[in-house]
Amino acid sequence: MKGLALESVTLRRALVVGLVLLVVWVLVPIVLSTFWVQILTSVAVYSIVTLSLALLAGRVGLVSLGQIALLAVAGWIALRLAFAFDPPYPLLLVVTGVLTGIFGTLIGLPALRLSGLYLALITLMAASAITQILAAVNFPNGGEGFLGESASAAGANAAIVARPDWMASDAAFFRVAVIVAALMFLLGVWHVHGKAGRAWAAIRQSESAAIAAGVNVTQYKLWAFALASFMTGVAGCLLAASAGGLTTYAFPAPDSITILAVVLMGGIFNFWGAIVAAVLMKLFPEILKNFRIPADVLTILFGVGVLQAMTTAPSGISVQMGRDLTNLGHRLGRLAGRRSAARSSS
Amino acid sequence: MIEISGLTVRFGGVTPLDDVSLEFPTGTCGLIGPNGAGKTTFFNVLSGFVTPASGSVRAFGTNLLGMPNYQRARWGLRRTFQTEQAIEALSVFDNVAMVHEHCCQGRGSRRREDVLDAIRFVGLDVEPGEKVGTLGARDRRLVEVARAVVGEPRVVLLDEPAAGLPEDETRHLGQMIQRIPRNRGALVILVDHDMSLVSACCEVTAVLDFGKLIASGSTAEVLRNEHVVRAYLGTEERL
Repeated sequence: MKGLALESVTLRRALVVGLVLLVVWVLVPIVLSTFWVQILTSVAVYSIVTLSLALLAGRVGLVSLGQIALLAVAGWIALRLAFAFDPPYPLLLVVTGVLTGIFGTLIGLPALRLSGLYLALITLMAASAITQILAAVNFPNGGEGFLGESASAAGANAAIVARPDWMASDAAFFRVAVIVAALMFLLGVWHVHGKAGRAWAAIRQSESAAIAAGVNVTQYKLWAFALASFMTGVAGCLLAASAGGLTTYAFPAPDSITILAVVLMGGIFNFWGAIVAAVLMKLFPEILKNFRIPADVLTILFGVGVLQAMTTAPSGISVQMGRDLTNLGHRLGRLAGRRSAARSSS
Repeated sequence: MIEISGLTVRFGGVTPLDDVSLEFPTGTCGLIGPNGAGKTTFFNVLSGFVTPASGSVRAFGTNLLGMPNYQRARWGLRRTFQTEQAIEALSVFDNVAMVHEHCCQGRGSRRREDVLDAIRFVGLDVEPGEKVGTLGARDRRLVEVARAVVGEPRVVLLDEPAAGLPEDETRHLGQMIQRIPRNRGALVILVDHDMSLVSACCEVTAVLDFGKLIASGSTAEVLRNEHVVRAYLGTEERL
């Protein structure tokens, strides 16, 4: 039965992914220096943001250019809640996710009427507005009042969520970030393979076909925005606790375009693409710096990469790479077969 | 039975449906007319994609126009589209299951059984796990029809289901359409330009031309009606 064969393939794939993840989870903090552990933590955090964007754009067809601003809002919410109530960190993660989910859904309301370029523009404008507001009010650093920001407290209390003892070290925080990212990916996979995923696939191809199938398009679009914003909220809470804390300069509005570019390059239609995108966005610049190549070169590379993805590989690097490696394997196999045949005949 | 009374649709200065009143009894009914006659607009009004300027639509005693569009599908109004809309990213099974999970009662094995039953009913000879994007035109059409007949549909609107299909496949489609009222218990309204398909499937047929109803009644009589012949061919020549 084909269905059974598919299930066993899925199971095998899940086992391989789990194993790779376990190896990364155990080995990275042991093998790599603190600097690279921090960079890979950032990759894990941003993979949640790229996942949320891949889910919105790739699964539902809603192009949002406001994810980075939403990440900043999540950071603000996490810091405000942490300084005001000092809740346990897992609770802070969930509450920040939910509040950002509500905020993102409100921004997503125009999506009910708009799509394509117009939705992208609306979300980019929202991102710019949020960036401006944050530049004016700054991140909470333990000060009084609703904003929680105090000029005199700056320096003494950095804009960072204090980590509990069990995840105080960078190694422990990396492991927490990987676990949280894995949970977010599982949440995404669960949705995509369920009722919501089928409804989203219909909406992406044809809203008329979705309505004719009894899908409440408004409800499912809002749910997509809520879920993507929840994920971004969780990522923002992780970011608020990562080394260095938050500054308003870390969330420029153009980054929302860059993140869409890397998601397109990585592959918008499957979740592997989200991981590739996070690697491109956070690990690649550091590798280039290591070779003394200016990180600005990446802007050019991303531009070329998006062009390449659009023209030759719409499924992105994650699919293209797999296909190319399989082809290479087949060719090498054929080559080896031909050589052994030639040897045996001689 | 569907009763349509005084249905008018206006798009600016254009009136694609102009005071149309007609009844579709049970069974398979035809709706024909030249291009631009208002057939698809009529389907779009029933589906809730177009709001009419005036008129009423009662289906089995229910006021269809008072329902949100997605609720109409849940009530039992199903349709296919002129440009086939099988969801490429989903498998054959998931295409049909998607309709079942929004419109029908029953989950788990009941849903699986209903979905497979609809796939068998339309005569789809492919693996249910096959992605629709890999299927040919005929099979994709059949997936769309399977979506329309899964569970317990009350009204099935078929918008040019035979468009682009060769003769033998159209014949197979016609046989299956004829079985829908009896096997699935739904009233079928068929829009098509293939008069042999309409003749084979429909006991009664209505004809639209420039948004107006120009004839309705038994299919054989309607196809002999001189206004219909003129509307279709622009001559007095008989079909």
